[in-house]
Amino acid sequence: MHTRLTINGAPVAREVAPATLLVELLRDDLGLTGTHIGCDTSQCGACNVLVDGVAMKSCTLLAVQVAGRTITTIEGVAGSDELHPMQAAFREHHGLQCGFCTPGMVIAGLEIVRRHGTQVSRETIAHELEGNLCRCTGYINIIKAIEAGARAMAGTAAVFEAEGEAVDA
Amino acid sequence: MREFAYARPASLAEAAAAFAGGGEAAFIAGGHTLLPAMKSRLRMPDTIVDLGALPGLTAIARDGDTLWIGALTTHAAVATSPEVAAAIPGLARLAGQIGDPQVRNAGTIGGVLANNDPAADYPSAALALKAVIETDRGAHDADDYFQGMFATALADGEIITRIGFAVPRAAAYAKFRHPASRYALVGVFVAAYADGVRVAVTGAGPGVFRWAEAEAALTADFRAEAVAGMALDSGDLNSDIHASAEYRGHLAGVMLADAVRAAG
Repeated sequence: MHTRLTINGAPVAREVAPATLLVELLRDDLGLTGTHIGCDTSQCGACNVLVDGVAMKSCTLLAVQVAGRTITTIEGVAGSDELHPMQAAFREHHGLQCGFCTPGMVIAGLEIVRRHGTQVSRETIAHELEGNLCRCTGYINIIKAIEAGARAMAGTAAVFEAEGEAVDA
Repeated sequence: MREFAYARPASLAEAAAAFAGGGEAAFIAGGHTLLPAMKSRLRMPDTIVDLGALPGLTAIARDGDTLWIGALTTHAAVATSPEVAAAIPGLARLAGQIGDPQVRNAGTIGGVLANNDPAADYPSAALALKAVIETDRGAHDADDYFQGMFATALADGEIITRIGFAVPRAAAYAKFRHPASRYALVGVFVAAYADGVRVAVTGAGPGVFRWAEAEAALTADFRAEAVAGMALDSGDLNSDIHASAEYRGHLAGVMLADAVRAAG
């Protein structure tokens, strides 16, 4: 069925079979392969994307369910050639080993800032990552990276966007 | 997944019509139970009727002694709602323990109650908190609504619109969750009212149920000490690779005491 949505700031219109998952539309149809499929059972978070700014698992959404909404994938978080502060923090703090889980972790980091603000504690970050799996078990540096990314977002335009719907910042 | 027809109605009447004319049809809200079931071919609907565009089903409001929550309200919204936190903080905390942050941004309370997974969290709250499950056709009391594993009083095509919880004096939920699935291995919801205490158990048996012995003890004395050492009889409990029936029976007693302490 004909489906329109906004992906990384650009309008997209496609004929989409109803059984198409959002992650399949992103990867197979649009070539946005930064969003990964890890478990395909809603557990690992490698497929996290932002839907109207809120993190969700794109392996457990039909593309037609999000018609009309605004999707941000890892390719679109920076919005320019410069890395987003959360991405830069992952590089700086070596928040990745094989890198497979990284796009989902970065999105999860943005979700954590949206919900808990830029001064979020390390304990909260660790707890809030319960929906993301790193099979390299590199969690310590991932937590450090999200903490640094959150702090780096303080006072930047990125945080005003992210905290637009903050609930307990 | 097998292909299916898809409808996204804008009203309850349209949704009912799309379901009725859709062969083997299924409703979808957050989809975090239905889509995994379809991927594994446990469900193969001909038609999916998406309830996501129905208006007016995400309101949270207190009316007298009842807290009403719209069926399409996400777990994240319940977990962070000031109205829920003020009226029934134990319910907000339960919502914040479902799945993980991304799942809570998608899954809905109506979807959970319609599905009635025997290890889901919300059924225990609905049963303990004397819930009324309102639908497009009428209303069901929680005492009659839950009918065992994945079975409810909902007729084919009946749509939950909102859930009314009786505001208790005190209430809390304690859950020992499976570390991978995050479903309750055993979850116990305790709610204290002027006319007595209600205790509902999820995860332990083939469906959510009330625990009469615990209710009697806590109605007499609402302290964890009053239920010290209490365990569920393992005869009717689940036994699987995750836990034996005896383990679940014992765990229910531990969760019961934890819930009473949390309800304070």
